[in-house]
Amino acid sequence: MKLDSKVPGGHLSEKWDNHKDALKLVSPKNKRNFSVIVVGTGLAGASAAASLGELGYKVINLCIQDSPRRAHSIAAQGGINAAKNYQNDNDSIWRLFYDTIKGGDYRAREANVYRLAQVSNAIIDQAVAQGVPFAREYGGYFANRSFGGALVSRTFYARGQTGQQLLLGAYGALMRQVDEGNVRLFPRREMVDLVVINGKARGIVARNLITGELETYMADAVILATGGYGVAYFLSTNAINSNASAVWRAHKKGAFFGNPCFVQIHPTCIPRSGDYQSKLTLMSESLRNDGRVWVPLKKGDKRHPNDIPEEERDYYLERKYPTFGNMVPRDVASRNAKMVCDEGRGVGETGMAVYLDFRDAIRDLGRETIEERYGNLFEMYKDITGEDAYEVPMRIYPAVHYTMGGLWVDYNLMSTVPGLFVLGEANFSDHGANRLGASALMQGLADGYFIIPYTIADYLAGTKLEKVSEDNEAFKEAKEEARSRYEKLLSVKGNKTVREFHRELGDILWNKVGMSRNEQGLKEAIEEISKLREEYWNNVRVAGEMNTMNKNLEMAGRVADFLELAELMAIDALHRTESCGGHFREESQTPEGEALRDDENFSYVAAWEFKETGKWEMHKEDLKFEFVTPTQRSYK
Amino acid sequence: MEKKKLTIHLKVWRQKDADSKGKFVNYTVNDVNPDMSFLEMLDVLNEELIKKDEEPIEFDNDCREGICGMCGSVINGTAHGPQSGMTTCDVRMRMFKDGETIVVEPFRARAFPVIKDLAVDRSALDRIMSKGGYTSVRTGGVPEALSVPVPKPNADEAMDMAACIGCGACVAACPNASAALFVGAKVSHLALLPQGRPEAARRVERMVAQMDEEGFGACSNHGECEAVCPKEISITAIGRMRREYLKAMFK
Repeated sequence: MKLDSKVPGGHLSEKWDNHKDALKLVSPKNKRNFSVIVVGTGLAGASAAASLGELGYKVINLCIQDSPRRAHSIAAQGGINAAKNYQNDNDSIWRLFYDTIKGGDYRAREANVYRLAQVSNAIIDQAVAQGVPFAREYGGYFANRSFGGALVSRTFYARGQTGQQLLLGAYGALMRQVDEGNVRLFPRREMVDLVVINGKARGIVARNLITGELETYMADAVILATGGYGVAYFLSTNAINSNASAVWRAHKKGAFFGNPCFVQIHPTCIPRSGDYQSKLTLMSESLRNDGRVWVPLKKGDKRHPNDIPEEERDYYLERKYPTFGNMVPRDVASRNAKMVCDEGRGVGETGMAVYLDFRDAIRDLGRETIEERYGNLFEMYKDITGEDAYEVPMRIYPAVHYTMGGLWVDYNLMSTVPGLFVLGEANFSDHGANRLGASALMQGLADGYFIIPYTIADYLAGTKLEKVSEDNEAFKEAKEEARSRYEKLLSVKGNKTVREFHRELGDILWNKVGMSRNEQGLKEAIEEISKLREEYWNNVRVAGEMNTMNKNLEMAGRVADFLELAELMAIDALHRTESCGGHFREESQTPEGEALRDDENFSYVAAWEFKETGKWEMHKEDLKFEFVTPTQRSYK
Repeated sequence: MEKKKLTIHLKVWRQKDADSKGKFVNYTVNDVNPDMSFLEMLDVLNEELIKKDEEPIEFDNDCREGICGMCGSVINGTAHGPQSGMTTCDVRMRMFKDGETIVVEPFRARAFPVIKDLAVDRSALDRIMSKGGYTSVRTGGVPEALSVPVPKPNADEAMDMAACIGCGACVAACPNASAALFVGAKVSHLALLPQGRPEAARRVERMVAQMDEEGFGACSNHGECEAVCPKEISITAIGRMRREYLKAMFK
């Protein structure tokens, strides 16, 4: 199968407009006759469901939580990028595009990234009209801040709760459509399979998480907006219920998986403290605007940080990257934190942390300003660690945060299964090998508000869609398969809990498919994961029953899928012998220890086709750079 | 330095489903690290229960960083536990004493039926939001963001009100099980912004009507809602909702 990205011709700045003009339309009267399933209610899912409902399509929207407002977009703290240039710092669509494609280490499609930058401004307009209370200055206009990988201030924020406010805006738009009867909402549902009929996505099977029943949903197209797969690592900044099962089920039904090894490890998280730990908490990257990252110059310096004099501190990011300093992109900041800790200069009880110090910012700007900018983050830090970051520097360490990889989609956001569209973090499309801060919110909303409403119309108008019913064999089979999978999990009655397996898987991934990877470790990981998967199906102990609320069973199904996906992540990481963005292969680095790309051999998207468990075939989508020249990324 | 581990006794509400009668069941958890979160302590207990072939305790939770609003239990008689300004997932075991008995119950309100154990159905809150927790704008049909300046004090206060996470603690804490703080917060957030004004009257009328229909009680100014609100939303929200409601009535 040849991958067709469907990127339109013409100059970069004209592609999207030309493409839109060429897309087919569905007449207003006819929209009523089309139904669309949207799985997920985060920024991408809620904005898509609301916008499609508004246009007149019949929308079915499912979410895993008890309310669409709980989707994990809610937890995004720092902000959303847009090329408004309100700060008069010479920002532009081109610059936002350029920073994003460079930040992604030239492993994303030019046309997609440019379109993202183009629609970024409309997102801000939309959110403001919805009543999103972005930070304002005294004149009544916007306050903006700067994020890693950019030399301009283009980030809009609502205190440290930007994701929450944007999601509540999209959620409001969604609930309005629910009230008007255009969207039917099904909360507490988990998608357990995709149903493909005559080669087209025509529905899903979902488990009702209250009754345990398996339900079928039919439609003319299916949209997955189910987020990323960071929870494969067990510990991450993702929510407990974030999972990969929806995309994995779709993958097994024919949707190719793009760049699974591209995982973002976020530099500023609260360090781990014990085995009981269930998740890691992110401290927004915006803190690096004013906080200075350092470790002691000497190894094993156990002094209180405030007792370490200036000349015995190593502000290593400022030293190594004088231009960007503490604002280098996430992958660079994370890798450097790991390096200084591996050198034995890490701080805190475990030695696996670095300082993020606000002493100088408080001295220069006053405590009040810092409180206003980051008050809730400082409180959160105190609640978790019991320490006051106004008095002692924060301790931070990298943690798994976001997955750039995801289901492969073309320019229309359609996967390799016709009629299956994938939005937001769940697709692989816009961030290449590393995502810049404040770009995830931008992409989720771009996909949902401004791209899918146009591209899905083209599909619906231009495709022959046969009548299907729930009696169709494909629905029955998918339902039976899901039932037998759950029954099998319950019947093993082994000796290890789901959580124990999940933690073991997480350790393998973190140690061998984490911030730094090498051939030997990846080979070991592949073997260990497949062994663990085999053990899982023979020795897992799952509590309770199928036909009731049973979160342990839910988790068991998800971990079973992570155990397959994890192997593909390692296989992808092994095949890509270059370093790029968040994918750092120890064998491929510059003399200064920076990621060294191999454009000649790896300037492509690796799109994996599922064959059978543990077996895939790789397809390549070559990345052509017509408008920018890939260079060795430098933030010095 | 190794921190002293705690022994914690628990009385947890167990209820099979909405139709069954529930009861308290006693558990003891040993070797509790004081840095653990309250939910991580329940995780540890659940792991023990699974190993003993008992059904784990069902409790809703998701982000575990105090923002999604999914978690919520009454801990020792207080919604979201002993310390103000926190969600259940923010509660840390260092807030309890070694050997202490902790009583854990679901949020209780007529409008929040129990689903199982500590999990309750709060979809009534979504139905209230569907009646007006938004501005009625179309995707794309909006003016340029700069075209309407918003005074900073309004933007700030709107943000204070918009911080609501929809957890329902205000309802659980209220002797009348009123959702006035929840509704007041959304009404206030949008009433404070120029973008929310055009339909302010319709919004407050419809949201209040839905709140009544869902079986939430009336507000009689106890102030318990404000005390337990994890986002410390001020009770002034309710005052503003009343003023908006009166304005709408006399329009």
